Amino acid sequence: MCRVVDLRQAVLAKNDASAHELRARLAAQGTAVVNLLSSPGSGKTALLERELVRARERSVPVAALSADLATENDAARLARSGVPVKQVLTDGLCHLEAGMLAGHLDGWLPADTRLLFVENVGNLVCPASYDLGETLRVALASVTEGEDKPLKYPTAFGLAHLVVVTKTDIAEAVEFDEATFRANVEQVNPGVEVVLTSARRGQGVGALLDRAMAAADGAPVHAPVMARPAHHGHTHAPDGHPHPHPHPEATGPMAHTHS
Amino acid sequence: MHEMSVALAVVDQVAEAATRAGDVTAVRSVRLQVGELAGVVPDALAFSFELACAGTLLEGAELVTEAVPGRARCTTCAHEWAVGMPPRLTCPGCGGTRTDLLAGRELQIVDVHWEDGGPAHPPTREPISEER
Repeated sequence: MCRVVDLRQAVLAKNDASAHELRARLAAQGTAVVNLLSSPGSGKTALLERELVRARERSVPVAALSADLATENDAARLARSGVPVKQVLTDGLCHLEAGMLAGHLDGWLPADTRLLFVENVGNLVCPASYDLGETLRVALASVTEGEDKPLKYPTAFGLAHLVVVTKTDIAEAVEFDEATFRANVEQVNPGVEVVLTSARRGQGVGALLDRAMAAADGAPVHAPVMARPAHHGHTHAPDGHPHPHPHPEATGPMAHTHS
Repeated sequence: MHEMSVALAVVDQVAEAATRAGDVTAVRSVRLQVGELAGVVPDALAFSFELACAGTLLEGAELVTEAVPGRARCTTCAHEWAVGMPPRLTCPGCGGTRTDLLAGRELQIVDVHWEDGGPAHPPTREPISEER
């Protein structure tokens, strides 16, 4: 016979649960994850190289994992900083998921790591939907990408705890309008901090490390409007972090007959 | 395009629920709520869903997506508005930035329509003679 069965399950419940578990496991060993999202070519690797060197100078134990569809070029660049680096090749997959990340950390991540920087696949669409168990999520855009980038990719920028502008050394040449960019960020993510950086000139280098260290030390991070849906649904706690989703055993499945 | 991953997650969860129920023979349709701000394209999802269902209990199942518009409320002046796309999450009334998102981030399986070997006439409803 025909039945309609209420499931009421968040589609990404499995990823959310894996992320929650990973966050707790890493927190127990004193590690915080920083998830970096941007378009390809935005300059995340260049900035990250500088931040990793800065971390070494300050004797902060950091590590970096870089995800790309292909090539180990980014890991080779990041490894020059001297910190532990791992390249993950996704074989065409457009994003990382929490379970995948957890698998890649097993047997690699040094136990004393304070901060793990994850350079997500260069893509502002798909990675935005996947919590990786991060403590700080950062969306980056270079001055060459246009001031309306935050409006074109509202979930990536709307869910970020921090927004970083890169390549400010060429801002004038490309007529980057900082005020407009900031207004667009504010529209999709009111109250989020925007940091200006130039890896080439050193402007703002260290800011990312500072924010990540503060978050790792338990300082409150920005709470994006998009990440904290009002408490009316079934899927998320008000803090935006998943509590264990209602198991079907607990809620049903409540079958009712289709008529 | 992560719609394939999303479709696989839907198929996995429905197949799991069907296995738990024990006697499901086919899944006819799956109803999904997709918020305007969920970052998922319904057309791409429908395409992926068909592929993800192949060779599973969900083979041939229809995906019914319900779009959920984004709505927000200003905690300062209580104004409510449709956030639109791209979303406006600062208050159009007072310019406030303390906003509650009321809806629009949903990505949820609502219910599933399946065939099972359960009793044809459960006590809670009137029997319909045409139905086997």
